[in-house]
Amino acid sequence: MPLYHNDDQAMLADTASGFMAEEGNIAKQLRHWRDRNCKDGFGHGLWKQMAEMGFTGMLVDEADGGLGMGHVEAGIVLEEIGRNLTPSPFLTSSVLAATALKHGSDDMKGRYLPGLIAGDSVFAVAIDETAKHRPSRIATRAEKSGNGFRLTGSKSFVVQGASADMIVVAARTSGSDEDADGITLFAVPKDASGMTHDAVRLVDSSMATHTKFDGVELDGDAVIGEIDGGRAVLDAMLLAGRVGAAAEGVGVARGAMDMTVDYLKQRKQFGKLIGEFQALQHRASHLYSEVEIARAVTIKAQQLLDAGAESADLMASVAKAKVARAARLAVQEGVQMHGGIGMTDEYDIGLYMKRDRALAEFLGDAFFHANRVATLSGY
Amino acid sequence: MADLETFRTETRAWLEANCPPEMREPARDDEDVYWGGRRATFKNDAQKAWFEACVAKGYTVPAWPKEYGGAGLSPAEAKVLREEMSRINARPPLSSFGIWMLGPALLQFGTEGQKQRFLNEIARGEIRWCQGYSEPGSGSDLVSLQTYGEDKGDHWVVNGQKIWTSYADQADWIFCLVRTDKNDKYKGITFMLYDMASEGVTTKPILLISGNSPFCETFFDNVKVPKSYGEDCPAYVGEVNRGWDVAKYLLGHEREMISGAGGGERSAAIGAMMKRHAVKLGDELDPVLRAELAMFDVDALAYTAMGEKFLDEIKVGKAHPAQPNMMKYVGTELNKRRHELMMAVGGSRSLEWESEDTGGGKPARGWLRTKANSIEGGTSEVMLNVISKRILDLPGA
Ligand SMILES: Cc1cc2nc3c(=O)[nH]c(=O)nc-3n(C[C@H](O)[C@H](O)[C@H](O)COP(=O)(O)OP(=O)(O)OC[C@H]3O[C@@H](n4cnc5c(N)ncnc54)[C@H](O)[C@@H]3O)c2cc1C
Ligand SMILES: Cc1cc2nc3c(=O)[nH]c(=O)nc-3n(C[C@H](O)[C@H](O)[C@H](O)COP(=O)(O)OP(=O)(O)OC[C@H]3O[C@@H](n4cnc5c(N)ncnc54)[C@H](O)[C@@H]3O)c2cc1C
Repeated sequence: MPLYHNDDQAMLADTASGFMAEEGNIAKQLRHWRDRNCKDGFGHGLWKQMAEMGFTGMLVDEADGGLGMGHVEAGIVLEEIGRNLTPSPFLTSSVLAATALKHGSDDMKGRYLPGLIAGDSVFAVAIDETAKHRPSRIATRAEKSGNGFRLTGSKSFVVQGASADMIVVAARTSGSDEDADGITLFAVPKDASGMTHDAVRLVDSSMATHTKFDGVELDGDAVIGEIDGGRAVLDAMLLAGRVGAAAEGVGVARGAMDMTVDYLKQRKQFGKLIGEFQALQHRASHLYSEVEIARAVTIKAQQLLDAGAESADLMASVAKAKVARAARLAVQEGVQMHGGIGMTDEYDIGLYMKRDRALAEFLGDAFFHANRVATLSGY
Repeated sequence: MADLETFRTETRAWLEANCPPEMREPARDDEDVYWGGRRATFKNDAQKAWFEACVAKGYTVPAWPKEYGGAGLSPAEAKVLREEMSRINARPPLSSFGIWMLGPALLQFGTEGQKQRFLNEIARGEIRWCQGYSEPGSGSDLVSLQTYGEDKGDHWVVNGQKIWTSYADQADWIFCLVRTDKNDKYKGITFMLYDMASEGVTTKPILLISGNSPFCETFFDNVKVPKSYGEDCPAYVGEVNRGWDVAKYLLGHEREMISGAGGGERSAAIGAMMKRHAVKLGDELDPVLRAELAMFDVDALAYTAMGEKFLDEIKVGKAHPAQPNMMKYVGTELNKRRHELMMAVGGSRSLEWESEDTGGGKPARGWLRTKANSIEGGTSEVMLNVISKRILDLPGA
């Protein structure tokens, strides 16, 4: 598979970039909802429009009413989301939850997928329990109770948790906190009693929750996949999510870089365009190189994932780590090269910096993934 | 696709039959690398057998047309061959500036007569070439070069000095940039080909910090260069005074090659490399060093993906023409970092300069050699200049 988009994918990229620049741009979405202090942090109207464009159900199988596309295609949409800083539940619903639901019963798919595909519902995932991504450690417990389970524990940084209609929760049904086995995934409806959502606004204006489960009663049919065998589903979900987050990060990096390079061509100081100073040129060229490389390895990871290759796991971590570092460089250089104006709220470059920080943390930062690369490489 | 699979099967069988076991491990020293040329000798029978088998099959230059000594492979077939060779760790049968640099330029700009003669000689390893570009006053600013060829009708008389000419003392012929018009900086350079045995050519080796001296100062004292070597075989490539176009094209190739974009160990992840060389890391690895290795592997694996993407895009004309500069910049900086880390992993053992254990100080000498990667073929700073100007379109760049 050559590492560029085929004709269909290139067409999708054109469509997605036009749509997102028109409808999902910073003024219409991020700033609009932020300035209204919107409790969801995104607009449901746009989410519905994304459904009409056919984006929401890309990763859902055709048999289940979706488009049955791959991670390359989802990545195309995510890159445009990143570039426009478009707030939406695409990553949590259409990538993470959709991947988990592939392993759900037909009944469960029938219950949730139509709303997901139509853009009527929002889905979130609850994995982490600490401030850093540590999916190997799951302490939240689900104990057998009648025909179902009683869920107790807490999750942090549940992105879109407050707006979600359903949350995919990773809980422990046996073993101790660090065990690989003994995990079960549950589809927990938002209105299940005993669940509290402590919503917090994050630095990038998105909303996340600290969610507590205080003896939440769940039916047996809330189980996604096998009881005690949820690790495989969790891993599949994380893999898809990491590759997706990398694609969005590429968009953030490119958006910040493009803004910055444009600025270098407009701003004059010392009687010259600042883009004429070699000190800035070299840094811009270095930045360009890093962003291109991050984009290449992200496409590589998407293709490996679509092909079901074993090496997709390693390459996903390489991509997530590489993108995190390239995007960090892009936003840092972006603010710096804008000078004082880059520090103002009025100017968009700072918004990229904020989004980068939140996105890099989501599903593991560069350190987490570099550590995985070492472990998977055997050292 | 089915054809490619057949080709893979055949290639595998051919390699099995023709690549001696001794040629299936990485080169350990200079003698393991066969450069060809008039004065060449083989280190052993295996090296000779492997080289001759490849020549017969056209595998010293697999992608060149058959009439010029190649195997006429399509890009996809050439990739399969590369993959199959690297699967068994097969050494390149022939290393040569003729293959890497002059050949591509001749394929693009040469006359039929030049191609017939020079490409075949290169493919068969008969003539060893060196590159005469840099001068003491003209490095990054190559176009300021002063070596002058005075027009004497049917020949030129060349005077001047080149520097950093790699293996000039062992080369048979030189491809050389010579000023033939002093009034036009760019349109006054001719890309000449001539014999290093010509009267008036002398070389003087330069010792490097690695203790080796692979390159030379090269002096031309009234060297007589004929304008033609026979019918349809001029002594210059392209047109007289328009050698800069050829030189630039060739530099593009050189940068691609130095960047290691074609894969190989140069950009490989350290983790995989250490496993291959069975370096035990275990508990001895400082956590901070392990972290640096891991970050390096992230960068190296990502760069490898970029290399693949770049080659895929070149094939269909999608790559930006200035992209090789980016590959060269990143690839060479990475390779330097890689060797720094390998020195750190090796600890005091990697300091040994002459021990048998280290193959005569291979780690240390190799580490020092990599410092030239970001200088030779155009410095990192010059690569960044080109990216600024040609890709980012920054003002005044
Ligand atoms: C939080 C804050 C507080 C401030 N407080 C005050 C205050 O109290 N009073 C006051 O008067 N000002 C204040 N300033 C303004 C501050 O001094 C300017 O922002 C600063 O001098 C940079 O100028 P600029 O923003 O116009 O950036 P520019 O000069 O436009 O620079 C843009 C980018 O180009 C680079 N650049 C410019 N020229 C060159 C060159 N020759 N070579 C290489 N790179 C170059 C810069 O380094 C920068 O990265 C404040 C700024 C901030 C952010
Ligand atoms: C191992 C090795 C093998 C070589 N083999 C050959 C060979 O076979 N044939 C041959 O002809 N040449 C060869 N060279 C020469 C090589 O091409 C030159 O060394 C190279 O082009 C740099 O030129 P210079 O050494 O004169 O450095 P200079 O041009 O003097 O550069 C000195 C420093 O200034 C920086 N600099 C220069 N101009 C600029 C600018 N405009 N903006 C910013 N920074 C700048 C450079 O990046 C560098 O850091 C070889 C070099 C090495 C190290």
